[in-house]
Amino acid sequence: MASLKELKGRINSVKSTQKITKAKQMVAAAKLRKAQEAAEQARPYAARLAEVMGSLASKITISENSPKLLAGTGSDQVHLLVVANSDKGLCGAFNSNIVKAALIKARKLEAEGKTVLFYLVGRKGRAVIKREFPKQIVHEFDTTGVREPGFNEAEQIADELVALYDKGTFDIAHLFYAKFRSALVQEPTGQQIIPVPAPTAAPAAADAVTEYEPEEEEILAALLPRYLKTQIFGALLENAASEQGASMTAMDNATRNAGDLIQKLTIQYNRSRQAAITTELVEIIAGAEAL
Amino acid sequence: MALHFELVTPAKLVRSEDVHMVVVPGTEGEFGVLAGHAPFMSTVADGALKVYKTENGIPEEIVISGGFAEVGDKGLTVLAEHVGS
Repeated sequence: MASLKELKGRINSVKSTQKITKAKQMVAAAKLRKAQEAAEQARPYAARLAEVMGSLASKITISENSPKLLAGTGSDQVHLLVVANSDKGLCGAFNSNIVKAALIKARKLEAEGKTVLFYLVGRKGRAVIKREFPKQIVHEFDTTGVREPGFNEAEQIADELVALYDKGTFDIAHLFYAKFRSALVQEPTGQQIIPVPAPTAAPAAADAVTEYEPEEEEILAALLPRYLKTQIFGALLENAASEQGASMTAMDNATRNAGDLIQKLTIQYNRSRQAAITTELVEIIAGAEAL
Repeated sequence: MALHFELVTPAKLVRSEDVHMVVVPGTEGEFGVLAGHAPFMSTVADGALKVYKTENGIPEEIVISGGFAEVGDKGLTVLAEHVGS
């Protein structure tokens, strides 16, 4: 049985762990609110752009003259999986869930005889994918330098992807991130981003004929990379909110577990203390009787 | 009559207000938008939007890049990737 001193030490160490998890939980709660606000504020732009894209896409037909970003390369041999993770841990199974979703997709594609490449965003999750597909990582996008991934990062990622696409490195790109449902539920999602799936947003009822300057096709070609950026930006924002949500939940659990452990240890501590006192008394009484 | 003008970036809605006229540097030439303009869409060159709050007022300039302008029933909406110099 552990000595009283040992028990006391353990109680103290669990208590200080609990302090850390509690602090992290509160930080995550505050950051979650901020991340949700950011996601909220990004919505008007994304909605407008999707609307415009929808009405443009409905006006032109896809032919071989259409921009490659919309029409595709005509092949589907090489798939690029863009996996967006966070840079920090302490958020439960958040990163491993995203990676798992990506790996499942990768294995499925490989089973179909396709080539799979990876483009990794964020520090976490690199190790797992590196272990499974060591030679197929095209690039690791570093987000450790910035506090919150913002539009600039989305822009850089989109530019790099478009450059790779133009070089013919890949034919189809999928983006993996965690969709934010609530603080408790984050859904790992994979969606195709290149070629750009035609937005399905219903075009605004056009009773008046809209004039375009330049031509529809040119506008579309100019807007496609922007649309891609917006999609990646949206995913990064969702990911940020999800990360904080997952972190909050995980830390809440950890705090509660630490509380349980402290209670158990305290009971054990008190019992042993009582036992020690009882033994001492018995010894004293026995000694007095012997006189 | 006032023109409803909105300036939106990916990060947030920068402006939403009623103004008299906005002059937009379109890629194929500058154009001014007053209330009741016909539906119109154009890409916007990097440059300054000139916002006239009143008819004879001094225009306020907003520098944008990566822009796209849409004129509809609801007024003028400018989508810009970056706002500010």
